[in-house]
Amino acid sequence: MKILSALLLFVSVIFTTAFTSNAPTPYKIGDTATDFKLKSVDGKMYSMSDYKSAKGFIVVFTCNHCPFAKKYEDRINDLSKNYKSKGYVLFAINPNDPVAEPADSFDMMKVRAKEKGFAFPYLLDEGQKIFPQYGATKTPHVFLLDKNRVVKYIGAIDDNVDSASDVKEKYLENAIVALESGKTPSPEITKAIGCSIKVKK
Amino acid sequence: MKYFVVLAFAFLFSSQIQAQKIAVFDHYSDLEKAVLNDENTTYVVNFWATWCAPCVKELPHFEQLNFENKKIKVVLVSLDFKNQYEAKLLPFLKKKAVKSEVVLLTDKDYNTWLPAVDKDWSGSIPATLIIKNGKKFFVEKMFSSYEELNQYVNSIIN
Repeated sequence: MKILSALLLFVSVIFTTAFTSNAPTPYKIGDTATDFKLKSVDGKMYSMSDYKSAKGFIVVFTCNHCPFAKKYEDRINDLSKNYKSKGYVLFAINPNDPVAEPADSFDMMKVRAKEKGFAFPYLLDEGQKIFPQYGATKTPHVFLLDKNRVVKYIGAIDDNVDSASDVKEKYLENAIVALESGKTPSPEITKAIGCSIKVKK
Repeated sequence: MKYFVVLAFAFLFSSQIQAQKIAVFDHYSDLEKAVLNDENTTYVVNFWATWCAPCVKELPHFEQLNFENKKIKVVLVSLDFKNQYEAKLLPFLKKKAVKSEVVLLTDKDYNTWLPAVDKDWSGSIPATLIIKNGKKFFVEKMFSSYEELNQYVNSIIN
C-alpha cells in the first residue's frame, strides 16, 4: 500500500511538472519579459538587446488577416514613428502559424508591410515560441516594457477599435507618459476583443 | 378576397422582417436584461463574428446543439462591426440559414463588459458562456466537433 501511494505521488508529480512546463504562466505586471531573436520582413534578425539606449519597448502581437488588427495598423505605424525619437522601440510580432492561417505567412507579411509602409520591425514568431511566454492570446495584444524589459502595461492600444478619431482614452500612450514620469500606468491592464492566435495543428 | 390579399401581404411582409432583422444592443447589460433574463432557462451563449474564421467553423456545432439538446437555449452573440450589419452579417445568416437566436452586440466599452462576462476573458473569440440558475461557466476556446461541445455542455448542466 505504501509503495502504491508512493508510486501515485511520483506519477502525479511527473504529470504536474509535465503540464506546467507546457503552458507557461502569462506575464503579469512587474514580470520581466523574455527577449527574442526574430526575423523581420527586411530579412534581418531583431532583439531588444540590440537597443542599448532604449527607454522602453512596445511589443504588439498583431497579424495580417485579423480585421481587428487591420483597424489598428495605421495607429501602430504612427505610434512607432512618434515614439522612436522619444526612445521607445516598437516591435510587431505575428504569432500565427502560417499553415493554420496562410494570410499570415512570412511572404504575406512582407507584402502587407510594403503596402502599408510599416516603419517598425514586423517579426514572425517562427516556431511560436515567444507568444506563449508573454501570454498573448489574441491579435492585437500589446505589452509595454520598460528599459529592463519589466512589464508595465498589458492590453489594448486605445478604447475605440472602429475609429481613431473617436478614441476617448489612449491606454498605451497614457501608459508611456506614466512610465516617462516614473508613475504607475492607470489602468495597467485593459481588455479588448481580438482574433484568437492560430496555433500549429 | 380583398381581406385575404391584404392579410397575405401583411403576412409576407412580417415574415420577411422577421427573417431579416436581429436585435442590436449597444450595451452588454441591456443584452443581458433582454435576452438572458429567464432564470429557468439554461443559456449557451457563443461570442462570435463573421470575420472570425474559427467562430464560423464551430457555428454549425452550436446550431446542432440548439436543435438536439432540449435542455438548453443557444444564443449567438455577434461582435461584427456595426457598419457591416447589413452588408455582411445578415447575408451570412441567410446563406447559412441560421436557426438559433442571433443578436448583435456593438458595445465598445470592452473594459467594462468583457470582465462582466468573465473576469479572466482576455477578449479572444470564439468564447462560450453557459448560464444555469444564475451561475456562469466560461470557456475561451474553439470546439472542433459537435461531440466535444455537447459533452462539455452536458458536463456542466447535468
